[in-house]
Amino acid sequence: MKLELGYIHIKDIQFSKENKVENSTLYVDPETVKAFMYEDDDVKAWVKDFTFDVARPGESVRITPVKDVIEPRVKVEGPGGMFPGVISKVDTVGSGKTHVLRGMAVVTAGKIVGFQEGIIDMTGPGAQYTPFSKLNNFVVVAEPVEGYQDHKHEYEHAVRIAGLRAAVCIGELGRNVTPDETESFETLGIKEGIEKYPDLPRVGYVHMLQSQGLLHDTYVYGVDAKRTLTTIINPTETMDGAIISGNCVSACDKNTTYHHQNNPVVKALFEAHGKTLNYVCNIITNENVYLADKQRSSDWASKLCRLLDLDGAMVSQEGFGNPDTDLIMNCKKIEQQGVKTVIITDEYAGQDGKSQSLADADPLADAVVTGGNANEVIVLPKLDKVIGMLDYVDVIAGGHAGSLRPDGSIEVELQVITGATNEMGFNTLSAR
Amino acid sequence: MSFKVVHYINQFFAQIGGEEMAHVAPELRDGFVGPGMALNAAWKGEAVIVKTVVCGDSYFAEHEAEAKAQILEWVKAEKPDLFIAGPAFNAGRYGYACATICSAVQTELGITVLTGMYEENPGADLKDKVLMVATTNSAAGMRKAAPTMAALAMKLMKGEKLGASCEDGYMPNGIRRNFFEKEVGAKRAVDMLVRKLSDQPFTTEYPMPSFDRVPPNPAIKDLSKATIALCTSGGIVPKGNPDHIESSSASHYGEYDITGVDDLTAETYETAHGGYDPVYANADADRVLPVDVLRDMEREGKIGKLHNLYYATVGNGTSVANAKRFAEEYAQKLLQAGVHAVIMTST
Repeated sequence: MKLELGYIHIKDIQFSKENKVENSTLYVDPETVKAFMYEDDDVKAWVKDFTFDVARPGESVRITPVKDVIEPRVKVEGPGGMFPGVISKVDTVGSGKTHVLRGMAVVTAGKIVGFQEGIIDMTGPGAQYTPFSKLNNFVVVAEPVEGYQDHKHEYEHAVRIAGLRAAVCIGELGRNVTPDETESFETLGIKEGIEKYPDLPRVGYVHMLQSQGLLHDTYVYGVDAKRTLTTIINPTETMDGAIISGNCVSACDKNTTYHHQNNPVVKALFEAHGKTLNYVCNIITNENVYLADKQRSSDWASKLCRLLDLDGAMVSQEGFGNPDTDLIMNCKKIEQQGVKTVIITDEYAGQDGKSQSLADADPLADAVVTGGNANEVIVLPKLDKVIGMLDYVDVIAGGHAGSLRPDGSIEVELQVITGATNEMGFNTLSAR
Repeated sequence: MSFKVVHYINQFFAQIGGEEMAHVAPELRDGFVGPGMALNAAWKGEAVIVKTVVCGDSYFAEHEAEAKAQILEWVKAEKPDLFIAGPAFNAGRYGYACATICSAVQTELGITVLTGMYEENPGADLKDKVLMVATTNSAAGMRKAAPTMAALAMKLMKGEKLGASCEDGYMPNGIRRNFFEKEVGAKRAVDMLVRKLSDQPFTTEYPMPSFDRVPPNPAIKDLSKATIALCTSGGIVPKGNPDHIESSSASHYGEYDITGVDDLTAETYETAHGGYDPVYANADADRVLPVDVLRDMEREGKIGKLHNLYYATVGNGTSVANAKRFAEEYAQKLLQAGVHAVIMTST
C-alpha cells in the first residue's frame, strides 16, 4: 500500500469572505465552516453556537480548555475520504494521494464535560512544551445548548464531530493547490517484505489506544476502540484519519487526532525502513478498564507479534496509571514471545520527582523512552488574550485550588498542557 | 570575590604514597593539591580551593569517627561555599571515604557537597544522598571527570537549577528531572530498538523500579462482629468537594462522616476524580463507594458495622509517594478506631 502526502505550507490564516489557499495563506470564511458543521444533526442538536478565532505562533494567546487538535487534509486520489467511518464513508484509506495543510490546525475548545482539559499557550514558557504553539490555529469554541448536563456523552460526540467537520471543510480548500513538497510511504505484504529485505529485522508498532470511557476514547474507522479486538492496520491508513481522538483529559499524554495523523513512531519507522529494519505494520490494541479486557488485548497483541514473525516491536502508551498495567502486560508478553520491545511512556514522579514514575513495572521492560515527568510544576504567566475560558483551571487534571492566581498567572503541573509529555514520542522533552 | 572551596583527597592523590601509606592520619594543607589543580584552573578564579584535606584511606576506614570529627572541625572553621571530594574512580575505600565525609559535611554543617566516582564503587551506595559525578573506573579518566565536576560545582555554588543527571553528568539520584533531548522520543525509541535488536548496548531512559508488594493480612474469621471501613482512590467526596481534592495528582485526602447515611445520591456526593468518566459516579456514588450495600449487610448482620468515617483521595496521576503517605496516616486512625478491615475501592 502506497500513499503520497503533498504538503501545502500554511504560514497564516485570515478570516475572509472568500475560501481559498493562496501564497501559503489560508483565507477562510467562518460562516462557511459553521454551516458545514451544522449539516450534522448531532451538532445541530447539541451545539448552541460556535465562535471562531485564530491563534498564531508567538502571539500572547492562551487557548483553553482544548478538546482536540486536527490537521486539515483532503484525499485527492485513491479510495475513501478523510476520517472514514466518521465523516467519510467507511472505505479503506491509506493509498493514493492526500493533500495536507501543513503548519496549521483546527483546535476545538470550550466547555466539554467534567474536568475539562488542555492548555495551549502560543508564547512564553508553556509554548515550548506543546507542539501546537508552532502552528497557526483555527480555533473553534463550542457552546452547548441548555440542558446539556444530562446529555454529556451526546454533547462530547457533537463537539468531536464538529471539529472533524471543520478540518474536512478547510482541508477541501487544498484539493486543487499544488503541494510545496511531497513524500511517499509504502508498506509491503508480509512475503514481499521478507523477500525484499531478507537480512533486516522485522519490526512492528504496537499502538495502544486509550479506551477508558467518556473523554478517554479513541475511534478506529468509526468504531469505539473499547469495543474492538486487537488488530493490524497499515500505517498509511492512520495518515488519512482512520484513527481519531475522543479524549483530552490529562491533556499532556493524550493523543489528539493531529498526533494520530502525524504519528511520530510511524514516521521514525518509515525513516529506518529498508535501512536498519523492515517496518511490517501497526498493531492497534485498546486500554480498557477491566482486567479481563486487559488480559485479552495484551494476549492478542503478543500473539499477533509472533504470528507476524516480528523480531522487534515498538510499543507506545496513551495515558498513565491504569494504562501502565496495559503497557507492562503488552511489553512482558511480547518479550516472552521472543520479540524485543522498546516502550514509550511518560512519568508521574511527583512534583519533587522523587516518586516511582509508573504504576506498574517489570524487569522485561528494560528499554524505555520517556516523555518526561508530567507532575513537574510550571508557572504560566498571564497572557493578553484567552480563547475559550479560564473557568476550569483550578479543577482540571494538573491544576489545584488556587492554580489561577490573582495576577492572572497560572501555577500548574505540565499535565495540563496539551501534548506536553506525549507517549508516541512526539516531543524532545524527557527526564532522567 | 570568588567562592571558597575545600577539597578532600587521599594519600595517593596527594603523592604521599600508595597502599603502604594508607594509614596516614588527616592533615590540612593550604591551597590545592594534586587533582585540585585541574578543578581550580577550570574555575578561572571564580572559585578557589582554599584548603585541601588529605587522609589515608585505611585511616578513614579504621578510625572513621575520629577522622570525621577532625575534618568537620577544619571545614567548619573554613566556612567554604562548597566541599568537594575525589574523584575516587573505582578505589573502594577512597570512594567510601569521599561519600561518607561529603554526607557528614552536608548534614552536619549544611554545606553544599560534590564528589565523583565510578558507578560500581561501593561509595556510590550513597548516590541518593550525596551528589556524585559518574567517572570511569580508573584515574585515566581524570581529564574527563575534572571539567564535569568543576562545571557542576560552579552550578551548585551559583545556586543554579540542577539539570537532568545525563545533562550535568551526575549519577541518577532518585530525583527525576525534565529536560529537552536533541531528538524526539519516537526517533530515540527506534534507535534504541535497532541497538537492542543487534545486541548493541543501549541505555534505558527509565530503569524499572523495584516494587513494594504488600502481602495481604489474614482473613477475618467472623465478619458479623467486624467493623469494616470504606476507603477509595476513586475521588468520592461530599458534593462540592469541600477539601478541594485535586482531580489529578492529589496532594491530600479527605475524611468524611457517613453516620446516618444510607445511600449516596447525586444531590449529596460526587467524584473529584479527573481520570475516568464521571457521569455514572456522579449519578450514584455508591458505584464507587458502596455505602448502600454495606448498610444492607450491616442490617442483615453480615458485618458487625460500617465504620462512620471514610477516607477518600484521587488516584489519578497521584505519585506513589503521596499515596503511601496518605495511607500510612489514615491507617493509624483506622487502627485507633478499632476498625478490623478495609474495603479499598479503585476506579
